[in-house]
Amino acid sequence: MANPTIWVGTRKGLFAVKRGASGWKLGAPHFAGEPVSQFARDASTGACYAALRLGHFGVKLWKSDSGDGEWKEVAAPAFPPKPTEGEWADDPAAWTVDMVWGLEAAAGTLWAGCTPAGLFKSTDGAASWQLVDKLWLRPERKEWLGGGYDIPGIHSIAVDPRDARHVTIAISCGGVWQTRDGGDTWANTSRGMTAEFMPPERRDDGNIQDVHRIVQCAAQPEVLWAQNHAGIYRSVDGGSQWHRIPAPQPTDFGFAVAVHPRDPETAWFVPAHSDAQRIPVDGRMVATRTRDGGMSFETLAEGLPSRDAYHLVYRHGLSVGADGNTLAMGSTTGGLWASEDAGQSWQCLSRDLPPIAVVRVD
Amino acid sequence: MPHVEFAPALTRHVPCPPQSVEAATLREALAKSFEAAPQMRNYVLDEQGAVRKHVAVFINAQMIADRVRLDVPLGKSDKVMVIQALTGG
Repeated sequence: MANPTIWVGTRKGLFAVKRGASGWKLGAPHFAGEPVSQFARDASTGACYAALRLGHFGVKLWKSDSGDGEWKEVAAPAFPPKPTEGEWADDPAAWTVDMVWGLEAAAGTLWAGCTPAGLFKSTDGAASWQLVDKLWLRPERKEWLGGGYDIPGIHSIAVDPRDARHVTIAISCGGVWQTRDGGDTWANTSRGMTAEFMPPERRDDGNIQDVHRIVQCAAQPEVLWAQNHAGIYRSVDGGSQWHRIPAPQPTDFGFAVAVHPRDPETAWFVPAHSDAQRIPVDGRMVATRTRDGGMSFETLAEGLPSRDAYHLVYRHGLSVGADGNTLAMGSTTGGLWASEDAGQSWQCLSRDLPPIAVVRVD
Repeated sequence: MPHVEFAPALTRHVPCPPQSVEAATLREALAKSFEAAPQMRNYVLDEQGAVRKHVAVFINAQMIADRVRLDVPLGKSDKVMVIQALTGG
């Protein structure tokens, strides 16, 4: 990629890490001191969006027409008034947006997934938002569980590059859901997934799967990869059926997954020890990569800390660029690494950043 | 007229000068004061109209106890102060 930028959303600001002739340069953050929970760039217009989760004053959304220029506050997703009568009057969920957890811009539409698990869309560049109530008002929502946060949330949004009305989302913990009509009707598409932490009778229930992250291959959108709480899954038929991938070394527990934009067989993961120990195995940080659809994996360690490392890469902490070679990885303890050879080797850009919520290679 | 003032922790995000507003209740006073800075509403109140849990509202230096029922009568000389609570964040 010519002069790529790694956008890094952290607990204390948004960094635009730029690749110049002399290497990567961190620079000063936008929104210094403020928690940035998500970032998205609209490839069609160049506009950038940063979602802030202000500790005191709620969720805010800021927009920059180019990313380099001035940021201005725009409308943030917000729920309509909570009903005072009818089926949802006693809804235990608060109808207030706590955090923007997923944010994607595609084909003129901005999608925001939130905690609580409301999905919102904007077709006017975040001048206004509409709650996708056909998902929010589904009775299955009452069964969703918190995962990562106390309340259920939508963290992954994949817009089909062939048809922008076809959107796939993932919920912790509510499984994978898809719409093919821009949000009017929804179907749970989690068949094949198993949640080993649930009571035996519910383990195959698609509506309670803790999908940590899903990504879609841009060139072959029928191929989806998922890093679940319980293992790695892949679907080659658009999510109709998911297949568990045999656990690679060192583990198949983790949060992040990235898929090559043109090669659906190639995907990257960042393993942690286990549910109970969300740290690298033996203090050795690695990424893993498959290039054959999950039949085999390579352990990628060059340039990553080989000992005494306790980094965790969260759901949005791993990203691959459009070239399939430039990757970025950021940890919840402020480590940031970049690779320019498809993950074969990594360069540490900082070990001193605030906790990293999201990275995007642009 | 009641006097409404937002603390610097809020006005650093949304500039809004202290002001006197025509209002008979706290809810009216806040609504009137938001007319001068519409974005301030979403910093002080959530989308259901409740005072955010990490924001504190005082009337004559007494913090209001109920974040939802804001129909508290105000007198002409009452002073409303909105601050960032020292919680969360």
